[in-house]
Amino acid sequence: MIEGVSIQMILTFTTLLFFIGLYGFVTRTNLIGMLMSVELMLNSEAINFVAINMYLFPGKLEGGMFSLFILALAAAETALALAIILQVYKRTGSVDVKEVKELKY
Amino acid sequence: MERILFYLLAGIAIASAFMTVTTVKIYRAVLYLLFTLLSIAGIYFLMDYDFIGAVQLSVYAGGIMVLFIYTVMLTEKVGESMRKIALFRRLIAGITVLSLMILALIAIWKFDFQVSTSTQPLTVEQVGKSMLSYDKGGFILPFEVISVLLLAVMIAAIVIAKSKIQKTKES
Repeated sequence: MIEGVSIQMILTFTTLLFFIGLYGFVTRTNLIGMLMSVELMLNSEAINFVAINMYLFPGKLEGGMFSLFILALAAAETALALAIILQVYKRTGSVDVKEVKELKY
Repeated sequence: MERILFYLLAGIAIASAFMTVTTVKIYRAVLYLLFTLLSIAGIYFLMDYDFIGAVQLSVYAGGIMVLFIYTVMLTEKVGESMRKIALFRRLIAGITVLSLMILALIAIWKFDFQVSTSTQPLTVEQVGKSMLSYDKGGFILPFEVISVLLLAVMIAAIVIAKSKIQKTKES
């Protein structure tokens, strides 16, 4: 528990972070930029798990464990997505979603 | 003291996250994302979750950022800006996201949290023991599942990144 900081403040902070990530995901057209926005969203969720575990259920482990698994999943997801982005760049010469439309129709 | 530190770290994280999604130079976006991840690691340390903070530093700020920077270097031309987004689209997205955010904030501030007063930080020993425990409340099954997942992702990343482009017939 952080001295003098209520759980509402931490949840407000993570909410801001999550919706900034959502804004980036909607407006970016670059694949790497979209992936970075997803990273922001995943990070804010991990903080949420830890904060709720710490403030509401101290002594339990579930929240911290979930954040650890989220971190592992995010690392796996990023590695795979960046490999796919490299392959897309090799095929189309661009990482812009406007120009990658072979799967669209 | 801890309060000031929290607000400072949160401010840095929010500001750099905002710059990450708005700047047009992709290198700068990656560096701003690094600042966000570092301040989030600082918040984990403030909350006495040392192990998760250390994992955040090594996995995110170490590993994932290197991957991002390599991919940016392999795909972008140096100094090139990203495509500018039309003001109309940004406006629509901003209004939608802002209204959703206000909804979530109202829900958070209305809810009556039963905050517990005792504090028991998560130690590394606890994490290690419960991750390998078969007892009730142990985490051996998700641990095994995630190790299989990491193996599958490793193989898949190698296969995808190495695969040659097949010359398909133009239709």
